[in-house]
This record gives sequence, structure tokens and C-alpha cells, in this order.
Amino acid sequence: MLDAFGQPQSIVVLGGTSDIAAAVVDRLCAHRCRTVVLAGRDAGRLASARDRAATAGADRVAEVACDALDVRGAPDVVDRCFDAAGGDVDVVLVAMGVLSGRENELDAGHAADVAAATYAWPVAAVTRAAARLRDQGYGRIVVLSSVAGVRVRRANFVYGSAKAGLDAFALGLNEALEGTGVSVQVVRPGFVRTKMTAGLQAAPFATTAGAVADQVVAGLGTAAPVVWAPPVLRLVFGVLARLPAAAFKRLPG
Amino acid sequence: MAEPGLLTGWGRTAPTHAVSVEPGHLSDLRKLLETADGSGLIARGMGRSYGDAAQCAGGTVVRLAHLSAIGEIDEVHGTVEAEGGATLDALMRCTLRRGWFPPVTPGTRQVTLGGAVAADVHGKNHHRDGSLCRHVTALTLESPGGTFEVGPGKDPDLFWATAGGMGLTGIVSRATLQLIPVESELMVVDTDRFGDLDSVMAAMEEGDDRYRYSVAWVDCTSPGRRAGRSVLTRGDHALLEQLPVRRARALSSGIGDARLKVPRRLPAHPLNGPTIRAFNEAWYRRAPRRRHGELQPLGRFFHPLDGVADWNRLYGPRGFVQYQFAVGPDHADVVRRAVGLLSQRRLPSFLAVLKRFGPGDPGPMSFPMAGWTLALDLPVGPPALPDSLDELDTMVAEAGGRVYLAKDARLRPDLLAVMYPRSPELAAARRRVDPDGLLRSDLSRRLGID
Ligand SMILES: Cc1cc2nc3c(=O)[nH]c(=O)nc-3n(C[C@H](O)[C@H](O)[C@H](O)COP(=O)(O)OP(=O)(O)OC[C@H]3O[C@@H](n4cnc5c(N)ncnc54)[C@H](O)[C@@H]3O)c2cc1C
Ligand SMILES: NC(=O)c1ccc[n+]([C@@H]2O[C@H](COP(=O)([O-])OP(=O)(O)OC[C@H]3O[C@@H](n4cnc5c(N)ncnc54)[C@H](OP(=O)(O)O)[C@@H]3O)[C@@H](O)[C@H]2O)c1
Repeated sequence: MLDAFGQPQSIVVLGGTSDIAAAVVDRLCAHRCRTVVLAGRDAGRLASARDRAATAGADRVAEVACDALDVRGAPDVVDRCFDAAGGDVDVVLVAMGVLSGRENELDAGHAADVAAATYAWPVAAVTRAAARLRDQGYGRIVVLSSVAGVRVRRANFVYGSAKAGLDAFALGLNEALEGTGVSVQVVRPGFVRTKMTAGLQAAPFATTAGAVADQVVAGLGTAAPVVWAPPVLRLVFGVLARLPAAAFKRLPG
Repeated sequence: MAEPGLLTGWGRTAPTHAVSVEPGHLSDLRKLLETADGSGLIARGMGRSYGDAAQCAGGTVVRLAHLSAIGEIDEVHGTVEAEGGATLDALMRCTLRRGWFPPVTPGTRQVTLGGAVAADVHGKNHHRDGSLCRHVTALTLESPGGTFEVGPGKDPDLFWATAGGMGLTGIVSRATLQLIPVESELMVVDTDRFGDLDSVMAAMEEGDDRYRYSVAWVDCTSPGRRAGRSVLTRGDHALLEQLPVRRARALSSGIGDARLKVPRRLPAHPLNGPTIRAFNEAWYRRAPRRRHGELQPLGRFFHPLDGVADWNRLYGPRGFVQYQFAVGPDHADVVRRAVGLLSQRRLPSFLAVLKRFGPGDPGPMSFPMAGWTLALDLPVGPPALPDSLDELDTMVAEAGGRVYLAKDARLRPDLLAVMYPRSPELAAARRRVDPDGLLRSDLSRRLGID
């Protein structure tokens, strides 16, 4: 169950090998979290994420194989995750996503994969998770969105557009779930130094997986539909979102 | 009638969705229990427990609003039988005009008899009279496994597992209560103010036994040495001969408290650090240094907050937690350290309540134990609060103490068995009356009470 401070005892992570998710799991397990279910595609990385969760204090860690390119398979993955938890699921964290770049922006196959893993699969999975949590009578879904979706930029517009869609979907679903005991919270990180951004030049206000995880954990204690990481980005993007297109284009990065 | 919706406790934290049903007759209640599926079922009274004891996510919550009749008082034995949904407020109004009073009353009258049994509630007279279930002579318990008539002399294991068992052994549909005789609806009250914690605790140890009722309000928000300054109020039911002639009228059901209501639209965080600190300051200054022999209406003495309807909404949308612990008489230091910790970390607490407990009841899950209890109201919000309460848990557990489940919304689950080492007795009773484990609450799920 979630306690008075929104601290979970069990979590399902979709994208269980994500660096940000691992940092979140570390923190939750230092508090009340004991059950961790990790869904991912790579057995080796899943095994190390499992060991890390166990070290952090989880006493029931399960792995579920999933491929985010199989959009239709998403509900089944979620069901297997809930079964693996073996009881109440307090939080579902969605950390799935693939970054796009300039190098293959006209590659239709790549665009399809980015859209699938970053938007379509999470949408299907979150929809299923919402239904499971509604039947359970409570629960929190945390969706890792991105500032890349707040104002989509040339540098990663395929990814950015997928995040814009996912972000809007999550906010809409949160409204739809009002009164059910289930809520969806969107987390919008800026540039985070993780394996997703390895080799890229850091953007202003770049942060770490740990710092984002701190915001995620704090966010669990609130009903705010949107959490920014770092929080200053709320102001920054309040301005950027209103910038005329010509000026926005000239910004570095 | 089945009504789906969100439920929370009095602290308004961690809402969950359940279907509430109000059986019209006992037979409906039986049918509910017999047809219950595995999604969980729990009783709910007035929802005055602070945390998640009276809710069951995804399951069924049973309210006894229609099973709330109060029987005739047995004037010979001074007992009354009532249904589990009767409130102490209604009971008090009924019995008072006949010269009887409930043996134990918590800080609010707006609790049901069933809820009061389930928490084995204590009042300001615990140091003398113990908690409620010591004065319960018989109970009818409706459980999935059948109807059980229990009492201290009849299936005592099930009786005592129910006393403080937080609804997990079944639904109390009736209870017989031993009342105490009173001559008036007024209290004779002595009020004393103390500049620090040590002196109020010393005064309580020395003088509590001269009063039936005693409780101290402690300021935990002032910095340094002023943390712990207190107002001690102690009293007894006024005897007829103590009343001035004009007030010595016949007993009515006059309980006497103000009727105020919290406005629907509130500022975002009405009770926060600064306002709580200011309130505590004003309240301490308003109290007389010493005033003895004052006559007070019952309501003002026992239930000062009942006059303000919905006062829990004053804490704003994030709600608040109450942290109440008990430690043995040799561990008064835990009380001091708790007050110190709150003051030092500037965690605002609205009027902490300090009381001396007498010996506990035999129930394995009954909260009170001889020694001290401190109850703290803490708004959710300060980032340091969750970890600070975890630290208090550790202190309390190490001292052999425990926290009160009727107030809890965040205890570390692994400490339940430490604080309630006899919890296996509750589990054993549950296996007997609820073999399929249909009775469940968010509290039992959170703390792994099986
Ligand atoms: C302002 C205030 C002051 C308080 N002061 C005190 C105090 O001084 N001392 C003290 O001991 N407590 C105190 N309390 C706590 C309160 O007395 C208990 O939480 C009590 O259990 C609430 O009763 P309720 O009818 O509201 O039950 P609920 O809060 O609805 O339920 C509490 C528990 O009782 C169970 N339950 C309810 N009805 C039944 C039934 N018919 N059969 C079986 N189980 C049932 C529920 O399942 C749940 O586990 C205070 C609460 C408030 C809000
Ligand atoms: N890093 C940033 O700057 C940043 C900024 C804002 C938002 N975010 C978002 O935060 C989330 C976590 O990102 P991160 O930084 O922690 O990067 P990450 O470690 O790369 O996490 C992405 C996760 O998605 C998984 N994944 C990708 N494609 C998959 C597929 N086809 N099938 C199964 N799993 C797949 C990855 O699995 P593998 O480990 O197997 O690759 C990994 O678990 C993502 O949603 C990301 O978009 C990141």
C-alpha cells in the first residue's frame, strides 16, 4: 500500500534497465519498497538491475521480458508484471524510450521504432496498468516524459513528438481516472546524463539520474500532475514555450 | 445500497476506492459476509481513525449506519446494550439524562461503538479505568465463519483479539457496556500551566491519581527550553453538592460545546508551520497559570474539537498524520526526545497531547500500556517528516513501546511484530473466524497483518 506520504511498498518498472529508473528504485527501497518488478529486453542488464534493487533493500525482485517494438504485446507484459508482484502494486514507473537524432531522421523504419518504444508501447502499457490499478482501488503511475516534448526541437523531433504525445496522453488519462484512487503523474526531466545521452553534448541545466530520482520520489508525496526535474525547468520552459519560432530555432543545442 | 467512492481516514491521506454498503438489517450483514469474494471487506464506523484502518482498496466497506439502536439501560447493573453502529455521542445523550456516562470516552464523541471496540479506545481516565474493552461485558461478532457471542468470560481469546483488533476479526454488531453513574453534566476542572516538560510530567506522576481524568497539552513548536511547556487539565464529574444552586438542575442530555463549521473554500495551506506556531503560543498564553475548581460543560472538557465540524480540513489538501506512541514508565526520556526532535527540526505539531497510561488491557493488539503516551498532529509536507517519524519509530521500538494503529498511516511494517509481539494471537483468532482471509483493510495490507 501507499503510505500517508505516497511512499510505495511495491513498484513495477517498465523499462527496468533505465538508469533513471534504477536511481528511483534505489531510493524507494531505502524507504518502504520491498517488491520490485523490472520489465526489459536485455537479460544481462536486467540481471544487474535486479542485483542493484536487491542491494538497495528489495526482498522480492522479478524480471519480465519485454520488447517495446511489440506494441500489441504491451498489455500482456503489464499483466505478467502484476502477476510477478504477487500482490498490490503501488507504483508503475514508465521509463521506456529511445532517443532519435539527426543522423537517421529520414529513416522511416527508425522513426517507427522510436515512435513505438517512446509513445505507442507506453500508451498501451499505461492503459492496461490503469485498468489493473483501478480494479485494485488505488495506485500511482509515473510517466517519464521529457522537456523535449514541451517544445519540440529540430535536434530530436521524432523523439520529441513522441514525448509530446505521451505527455498529453498521460495528462488526459489522469483526468479520466479522477475518483478511482488511481493517478498519473508526468515527470519532465531536462538533459540527464545517462546511457541514453552518452556521447551527446549536455544541454543547459543538465542533471543526473540521481537528481531526477529525488524529484520523482518527492513527487510521489504530492498530487501534482506534472513534476519538473530540475524544478527550474518549469520556468525556463514557460518562457521557451512562448518564444517565436524564429528565435527558438536559433537557440544552441 | 452500494456506493462506490474514495475513502480516507480522518487525516485525509492515501485515498483508496471501495464500494460502501450499509446493510439495513442483521440478515443483510450476514448475507454480505457469506457472499464476500476475495476482494476484501472491512467495517467502517465514523472514519475517525486517522489512517487507513477503515478502508479497503478495491473491496467492500461495511457501515453500520442502520444498525445503531441503543437499548434500555439496565439500571440495576448500570449496563446498556447497543448496536455496533451507535455513536458514543448518541449513547452519551441517551445515558446522561438517566445519570449514567460511558466508562471511557476518546477525544471525540463522533465514533461508533464498533470502532471504539476495534481500537480499544482510551480516554483521559486511562490511568484509573483502563481502556474501553475492560468495561465491555459482551460482544456479538459477525464474521465470515459465523456469528460469535463473546465476552471476557466467554471465548476470551476471540474477545480480546477483537479489542484493538482493528476490525480484522469481524464486525461488532452489538456490545454491552458497563456505565458509570454521574450526578451532573458538569465537570470540576483544575488547570495548571508548566514552563517545561519535566515539571508537568512530575506533576502528573505525583497528582494524577487524585483525579479520574487527566491530560496535558504540550507545545512542541517553541524552540529550545520552551519546547515542552504545557497546560495540564484534570477533573472529575461534578457532584450535585458541588454545583451552585442555579446550576443544580435535573440532568438533561446537555453536552455543551460550540457549533462552528470550517468554511468550504479554504486557502491552500491554512494550518502550516507559522500558523501552528502562533496558535500554540496564543493557546499557552491564554491558559491560566493555575485555576482550580472550575465548572466546565462535559463537551468542552472531553471533546474540545467536536465543536468545530470538519476541523481536519483545516490542514489543507495534503492532509496530516497523527503519531501517537506509548512507552513504559521508565522511558519518559522518549517523550522528551520526541518533543525535542520536533522542536529542533521545526516540524510543526498542533497541540501535542501527553497522558499517563495505567496498565494495559489483556488484548494482544490493544495499544495502551502502563507509562506515557504522546500524540502529535503533523501536517504532511515538510520533507524531513517521513524520516523523522521513522526515527521516532526506532526510538519507541527500542524502548519496548508501540504506536497506536488507530492513528497510524505510515509505520515501518517490520516494526509491527516488534511493537505488538503478540500479534500472532490476532492471526490465530482470524484463522478461526475468517479461514479464507476475507477481512482485510488497507492498514492490514500495508502492515502485513495476517
Ligand atoms: C479528534 C479525535 C480525537 C481522538 N481521540 C482519541 C482518544 O482520546 N483515544 C483514543 O483511543 N482514540 C482517539 N481517537 C481515535 C478514535 O477514537 C478511533 O480511531 C476510533 O476507532 C474511531 O471510531 P470510528 O467509529 O470512527 O471507526 P473508524 O475510524 O471508521 O474505524 C476504526 C477501526 O474500527 C473498525 N471498525 C469500525 N466499526 C466496526 C465494527 N462495527 N466492528 C468491528 N470493527 C469496526 C474499522 O475496521 C477500523 O479498523 C480520536 C480521533 C479523533 C478524530
Ligand atoms: N536521459 C535523458 O536526458 C532523459 C531526459 C528526459 C527524459 N528521459 C526519459 O527517461 C526515461 C529513462 O531514460 P534513461 O535516461 O534512464 O535512459 P535509458 O537507460 O536508455 O532508459 C531507457 C529504457 O528504455 C528501454 N528500451 C528502449 N527501447 C526498448 C525496447 N525496444 N524494448 C524494451 N526496452 C526498451 C531501455 O532498455 P535497454 O536498457 O535494454 O536499452 C531502457 O530500459 C526514458 O523514457 C527517457 O525518454 C530521459
